[in-house]
Amino acid sequence: MSDETLESTVLRVLGEVAPEVDTANVDPVEDLRDQLDLDSMDILNMAIGLFEATGVEVPESDYPRIVTISGAVDYLAERMA
Amino acid sequence: MPSLGADMDAGRVVAWHVGVGDHVTRGQVVADVDTDKSVIEVEVFATGTVTELLVGEGERVPVGTPLALIADDADAGTAAPSRPGAPSISAPDEGVAPTRGAAAEPETTTSPESAPKPESAPKPPPPATLGGPSPGETPGSRAPISPLARRKAAELGVDLAAVTGTGHDGAVTADDVARAVSARPSFPSVEAPASRAPASRAPAEAAPATTQPLTGAERQAALRRAIAAAMARSKREIPHYYLTTEIDVARAMSWLAGRNSGVPVTARVLPVALLLKATAVALRTTPDLNGFWEDDGFRPGSAIHLGVAIALRGGGLVAPAIHDADRLTLEELMAALRDLVGRARAGRIRGAEMSDPTVTVTSLGDQGVDVVAPVIYPPQVAIVGFGRIRERAWVDGGRVVPRSTVIATLAADHRASDGHRGAIFLAELDRLLQEPEALGKEHENPEWTTREAED
Repeated sequence: MSDETLESTVLRVLGEVAPEVDTANVDPVEDLRDQLDLDSMDILNMAIGLFEATGVEVPESDYPRIVTISGAVDYLAERMA
Repeated sequence: MPSLGADMDAGRVVAWHVGVGDHVTRGQVVADVDTDKSVIEVEVFATGTVTELLVGEGERVPVGTPLALIADDADAGTAAPSRPGAPSISAPDEGVAPTRGAAAEPETTTSPESAPKPESAPKPPPPATLGGPSPGETPGSRAPISPLARRKAAELGVDLAAVTGTGHDGAVTADDVARAVSARPSFPSVEAPASRAPASRAPAEAAPATTQPLTGAERQAALRRAIAAAMARSKREIPHYYLTTEIDVARAMSWLAGRNSGVPVTARVLPVALLLKATAVALRTTPDLNGFWEDDGFRPGSAIHLGVAIALRGGGLVAPAIHDADRLTLEELMAALRDLVGRARAGRIRGAEMSDPTVTVTSLGDQGVDVVAPVIYPPQVAIVGFGRIRERAWVDGGRVVPRSTVIATLAADHRASDGHRGAIFLAELDRLLQEPEALGKEHENPEWTTREAED
């Protein structure tokens, strides 16, 4: 994790999943699927990216918790505590 | 220059990955080509040594223009060189798709002195004459329309009867078809090669025009025009029939959820992969839905190359193929899908993927729609649309219960098949999805053998 905050980690992973997204202007509480037109493949890639960055495996049943930036940050903080 | 899709008539070589003297292996990516819609990696269709690059980087040339000369290892130095692969047609996927052969042939020729003209076609193979046919002579007495011209006409929607042949004995060549298209006001213009004479099939023949790379907006507009042309042609020419059925996927979804909970996140399989797998396997039952409508006849696909409609986030879509989708395990198919979606959105699709789907699937479930009535991608003869998987009211044992279902729609070309066949396909799709465990294990049906298309 080095000096990255959880939020910057989530935004970096999002940027890798959807390179055309301007991550500086993402609404942290709006559903990424609605906001950025992400699909189920993108959400899976988010889960894989978050796992690779943090070691946290997000089960499918928890996907609804990682579809916003702030939700994903809270979820990771909880799982890493 | 291979045809990288039914709507492509020219392309620009962006970069060569090989040079003169390099040894290349069939399937190797040798160049990047800009089709205006996207940059596509082009694979070589022969194994041998590059003797000449005919089209320079930055040059834009029509489909069918030779890009390079390749000396066949096996034939090099023999008295009667032949084209790679042509005499035996032994390559397993030769002629898989309407455009694949067209892509392969003009691209690679064995040796300059015996090089047949680009129009002389992959199928049927020319007889391996020891003395060698004189250049440009059509082997045997053949119909005066080259197979490449037939394919090109089918792709571009050209009526061959209205095309004046300028080839040997008045044969209609691919160039004649290209000219007929460029004469049509409604189509994007085609840069017709200046000459079809086999003796002069030199780089100059192609009259290459160097063009500037397209901007994002121009590419977007070009993609839109290409979709417009293909879809307008589909609705103009293909008599679609539509069959829809609601499929109970409760068992399949709970099986998938159980499977996914027991594997690492990187090995998870999405529901759409299971739907693709079931579709590919079900198509074995109805091969008349897997292939192409060309020359007023159906040409079956020699394998099940499942085109997958992938929405690009900037707008537009592409439908590249997952090759031999019915033969992949569920895990392999999921990996292929993930790879393909990633590359499609990054603009790194390979030529064969763009040119050879034998049938297409579109899934709009993520967008929340219940039913998709899809439009067939010509010259294919069928497309399967899946809506959203969600709980719907379902009658089971006389009681209404909530049940996860998906609504599957088949759109098929009524010239190639009838509703009865389409219904058999959907019934098989339903049956397969009731046995997800079997689908998860299934990867090859021994009764199904890849065979050459009948023509």
